[in-house]
Amino acid sequence: MSLLSVRDLHVGTGARDLVHGVSFDLEPGQRLGLVGESGSGKSLTAMAVTGLLAPGLRARGSILLDGQQVIGARDRALRPLRGRVAATVFQDPRAALDPLMRIGAQLAVPLRRHGRGLSGDALNRAQLAALEQVALSDPERILRAYPHEISGGQRQRICIAMALACRPRLLIADEPTTALDVTTQAEVLDLLDALVRDQGLALLFISHDLPVVARICERVVVMQQGVAVEEGPVAEVFGTPQHAYTQGLLAAARRLDDALEGGA
Amino acid sequence: MKRLTLWLGLVLVGLTVAVAALTLVWTPYDPTAMVGGRLAGPSWEHWAGTDRLGRDYLTQVMIGARIALVVGVGAVLLGGVIGTVVGVIAAFAQRWLDDALAAALDILIAFPTLLLAMLVVAASDRASLGTAVLAIGIALSAIVARLVRILTKRVLAQDFITAARCSGIGWGRIVLAHVLPNILPTLSVALALQFGLAVIAEASLSYLGLGAPPPNASWGHLLQQAQSTVFTAPFAVVLPGVALVVLVLGINFLADGLRDVLDPEQGGRA
Repeated sequence: MSLLSVRDLHVGTGARDLVHGVSFDLEPGQRLGLVGESGSGKSLTAMAVTGLLAPGLRARGSILLDGQQVIGARDRALRPLRGRVAATVFQDPRAALDPLMRIGAQLAVPLRRHGRGLSGDALNRAQLAALEQVALSDPERILRAYPHEISGGQRQRICIAMALACRPRLLIADEPTTALDVTTQAEVLDLLDALVRDQGLALLFISHDLPVVARICERVVVMQQGVAVEEGPVAEVFGTPQHAYTQGLLAAARRLDDALEGGA
Repeated sequence: MKRLTLWLGLVLVGLTVAVAALTLVWTPYDPTAMVGGRLAGPSWEHWAGTDRLGRDYLTQVMIGARIALVVGVGAVLLGGVIGTVVGVIAAFAQRWLDDALAAALDILIAFPTLLLAMLVVAASDRASLGTAVLAIGIALSAIVARLVRILTKRVLAQDFITAARCSGIGWGRIVLAHVLPNILPTLSVALALQFGLAVIAEASLSYLGLGAPPPNASWGHLLQQAQSTVFTAPFAVVLPGVALVVLVLGINFLADGLRDVLDPEQGGRA
């Protein structure tokens, strides 16, 4: 059975559909990229998977997450799935952390959820292990810090640690490196890649950055204006793109590469 | 500079609190005893003179501090708790309930506190300290609820709430762990300002005879009494007026200073 099975997904405001009939499957341990420019509906698709669309947006179709229907399910029924089956890493780690809560306290929430009654020394050990997992040095200081007191790269590592703390089987990463500067991007991406491979997680990776998707994912779904225009193994889709939109995206990425090399 | 406002606020409010606490155990004279001539000016025996029944005026003003604080704390507690609960419920509620609550709050806010106080007094058939606190507290709760509703909605729209929901945390814990701490800095400043307004509102109610009756005379009541003798005994107006200004000013300084301390991103922790 697929870990995640999306069939004919529509997301809309009632007046207008923003995602039109997207379908894909994700097996355990598989890494799938959702690519497209902003506004193509890739983030909406990702949020619909855990049933966390913004108020006013409604999803139709079918989303089976670990065999359970997400669309139309009550919030309470989805809670056990969130974090445990599918965890999410967001684009902007600064916004994804509560500005008034110390890192240690925020990290403790998912850790406690996984290991009930975790407290004192055991909690502290779990916190330090979680930080070590995401290669953060000076963990004692970071646990005591507020989000604004650490760097953007460190914040995103914390978000990844929090997402992994509940031992999910599917990690949803929504443009996880877009808000970071270029050198940090590469480090965080390497980390994410290594963690997903080591723990055998399934990955739903949302990005507009084709080279990154090519490096991290096995399969890719190309989205344009809410429609999945092309789907297949990364090498195939990026090697011999069938749809004009995919060709356009690739050409744009190549032009950027050429311009960068020409300028260097 | 920021620290200075906080300290100034603490000193001014502390002064009022100290005087109020003192009246519980000691006052210069018995507040109900006629101990001097009527409307006497300041003297060594009566620093602030006496009122028109010959009671020591300083004693009256000192007891007024206690009344002012009771009203302020009572109204802010009442309005703060009711307002926060209603505001959070409205922010979480379905569209129709939210709209209904918002409309009800607008109506309540449009109601003058004075009118509300008269209704409460009429319903309880005589004015007392309790009716004043109740009326001001209800009026205050509408203002707090509207603020809390907006603040809560703003917090709920943030990514870290979605992130928290993504990790499968229930709404109850989200409110306690994320919403309340994040609205607290703004809310506490607003409550402190409302504390000052509540003290002024009570003074206005007392001035109109709708507040605490003697011998628990509030500053507003003293001002009302002093009105008829403003030319013959001007000092009677100045003292309760200054006391009122000191408390309200102190509260406002305190509110300003508090905001900087409660927000770690403002560098208040440095």
